[in-house]
Amino acid sequence: MAKPLVKVAGLSRYFDVSAPWLNRVLDGQPRLMLRAVDGIDFEINKGETLALVGESGCGKSTVARLVVGLYRPSTGSIVFDGVDMAGLGGRAEMAPIRRRLQMIFQDPYASLNPRWRVSAIVSEPIRAFNLIKDEAAIVARVGQLLRQVGLSPVDGEKYPHEFSGGQRQRISIARALSSQPEFLVCDEPTSALDVSVQAQILNLMKDLQRQLGLTYLFISHNLAVVRHIADRVGVMYLGRLAEIGPKSTVFSLPRHPYTRMLLDTIPDLDMTGRQRTPVAGEVPNPINPPSGCAFHPRCPFANDRCRSERPEPKLNDTGSITACHAVEEGRLPAGPLTAAA
Amino acid sequence: MAALLEVEHLRIEFPTRRGTLVAVDDISLQIAEGEVLGVVGESGAGKSLTGTAIIGLLEPPGRIAAGEIRLMGRRIDNLPYEEMRKIRGKQIGAVFQDPLTSLNPLYSVGRQLVETIQTHTDMSPTQARTRALELLHEVGIPAAERRIDHYPHQFSGGMRQRVVIALALCVNPKLVIADEPTTALDVSIQAQIIALLKRLCRDHGTAIMLITHDMGVIAETADRVAVMYAGRIAEIGPVRSVIKEAKHPYSHGLMGSIPKINDEKERLDQIEGSMPRLTEIPPGCAFNPRCPHVFDRCRVERPELLDTGVTQASCWLYAHG
Ligand SMILES: Nc1ncnc2c1ncn2[C@@H]1O[C@H](COP(=O)(O)OP(=O)(O)OP(=O)(O)O)[C@@H](O)[C@H]1O
Ligand SMILES: Nc1ncnc2c1ncn2[C@@H]1O[C@H](COP(=O)(O)OP(=O)(O)OP(=O)(O)O)[C@@H](O)[C@H]1O
Ligand code: SF4
Ligand code: SF4
Ligand SMILES: [Mg+2]
Ligand SMILES: [Mg+2]
Repeated sequence: MAKPLVKVAGLSRYFDVSAPWLNRVLDGQPRLMLRAVDGIDFEINKGETLALVGESGCGKSTVARLVVGLYRPSTGSIVFDGVDMAGLGGRAEMAPIRRRLQMIFQDPYASLNPRWRVSAIVSEPIRAFNLIKDEAAIVARVGQLLRQVGLSPVDGEKYPHEFSGGQRQRISIARALSSQPEFLVCDEPTSALDVSVQAQILNLMKDLQRQLGLTYLFISHNLAVVRHIADRVGVMYLGRLAEIGPKSTVFSLPRHPYTRMLLDTIPDLDMTGRQRTPVAGEVPNPINPPSGCAFHPRCPFANDRCRSERPEPKLNDTGSITACHAVEEGRLPAGPLTAAA
Repeated sequence: MAALLEVEHLRIEFPTRRGTLVAVDDISLQIAEGEVLGVVGESGAGKSLTGTAIIGLLEPPGRIAAGEIRLMGRRIDNLPYEEMRKIRGKQIGAVFQDPLTSLNPLYSVGRQLVETIQTHTDMSPTQARTRALELLHEVGIPAAERRIDHYPHQFSGGMRQRVVIALALCVNPKLVIADEPTTALDVSIQAQIIALLKRLCRDHGTAIMLITHDMGVIAETADRVAVMYAGRIAEIGPVRSVIKEAKHPYSHGLMGSIPKINDEKERLDQIEGSMPRLTEIPPGCAFNPRCPHVFDRCRVERPELLDTGVTQASCWLYAHG
């Protein structure tokens, strides 16, 4: 089998969210660590798209930032094309790798410098990595990139505030593409776009993938979009992977109770009167996660083992990997959950 | 009964060195008490600007060049800043597309909620904090008691958005302008927020202008939908009709490009081309360069909203006779 382009192992990231030192001492408060990402493994092959889904706050954006080197891992490793990123010291050592991976951020507002013209924003990676030296060639390349994302070369003269939300997201996509990366980390790249522009961008991303052999880590909460774009899907819950596998398996033969519930919450466009079933229970708190399987307070199949022992990821016969005791023990009924619960 | 909100012939312009840009061009709509009006359409069509104009936060050089906005019969588009500020706090709540502009990075979210509540009510600091906690619970922030003292950057994208929603709801407004309130949220929190918005409409008669790209959210929440294209309303009508049997060729194409969960197609259907920039809006119907049904009249005469039976569409295909 092909060697993976990206290999993540035992990856964690903790944030210190303690009260300031003085208050801690005075009020006797303990140190508080928030486990945003808590031990996850995955691989992405060249030319493939892995999508991460999961509820708000489960750690998707943190994974994205870890993978592109914006955060340092608390534990674990990220290996990109055979190079362990944690082993890279200074900026100079990072530079050749950084050019090859780019990120499109969740928030198109925060990620564009408001004082720069669009042309400067889009050409920044080209200049930073010294990819094109000739000024006229840079201008031509920027114009081509803007056209590629459905804007016009004359838009380069404008500032970000002159654009609508969706237009700004296209600018950040053009910027990400400008250094001709091999690996793109996309954090909710189309959620600010209307569906017709979204269709154009998703088609564009697929075309680029085919033409340039791009590899994507794609984060989205829109399961229909994920189904369309992904080859494999990872479902995250509270900093861990509940299930990961080929798209068709995860969508048609979901094993993990959480995956099944998530699939039940998909909004109903046909308006057949089906009531959306929100996942029952409150999203737990990553500062003080439940014992054992973090999903147990909301899981209809939880038993004593689930409350005390954390399930480890296991390969199923369907080719997906699930972290669930009930799946492993074979005590989970197949078929729709609602009928079983 | 008079509508709660009436927008009549609204026109928003940006004077620039390159000439005047007309970003919103002759928009009229009403929202009744307790009603949810969904607003969808092409990115850059003027949805956010329309919302911003209603809450009186249009930033210069943008200006309302024509038209009127009335809330409960009272004209609000020409009020002095201070008076509008009071209306904004008490009667109109806003959830912006960009959660960071509504949150101050230097203050904890609790402090921001408490201050907003205290500005518009006479609650004591303790009462205001209790109310703030209640709201954070309502929008589904886990461990709200602890989270209330955290700063915006310590929250995930979706959690920040929920804080903004809490901020907009803290004084039970008559009208909420919600610009992409659930875009940053996953489906299950989305379901929770939608349930919360619906409860508001039912229990307090709050009306909502819901601007979103998410057709699933529209389908579940809105009573009526307006589809915008190039600064105008392309189609407006009951939610079911607009989603299921859109009459305007643009709305039809828009509904067709929604990815469906059971679809295995390699490419999504897309409307070819892109919306014209504001300086290059063609004469006649603005959609004519992309329209599969374009005919001569479309290139010269601009269509007004015409009755299609259940909806109204600005399209010459529905001209009678
Ligand atoms: N810089 C930070 N300091 C403290 N906590 C943080 C920080 N960044 C993220 N967190 C916390 O880590 C958790 C995961 O956040 P993350 O942004 O990765 O979530 P997400 O899955 O991307 O959510 P969303 O769908 O809402 O964007 C959240 O509980 C968040 O509050
Ligand atoms: N300050 C400004 N100067 C010039 N043009 C502007 C300015 N602000 C907005 N516009 C233009 O007005 C148009 C409408 O913008 P608006 O933000 O209302 O779009 P929108 O429908 O909300 O789009 P989206 O769905 O992408 O958020 C856009 O074409 C935008 O480029
Ligand atoms: S391990 Fe137990 S609690 Fe966790 S998902 Fe499986 S059955 Fe449910
Ligand atoms: S008026 Fe003409 S161009 Fe415009 S949408 Fe209707 S048929 Fe198409
Ligand atoms: Mg995120
Ligand atoms: Mg907008």
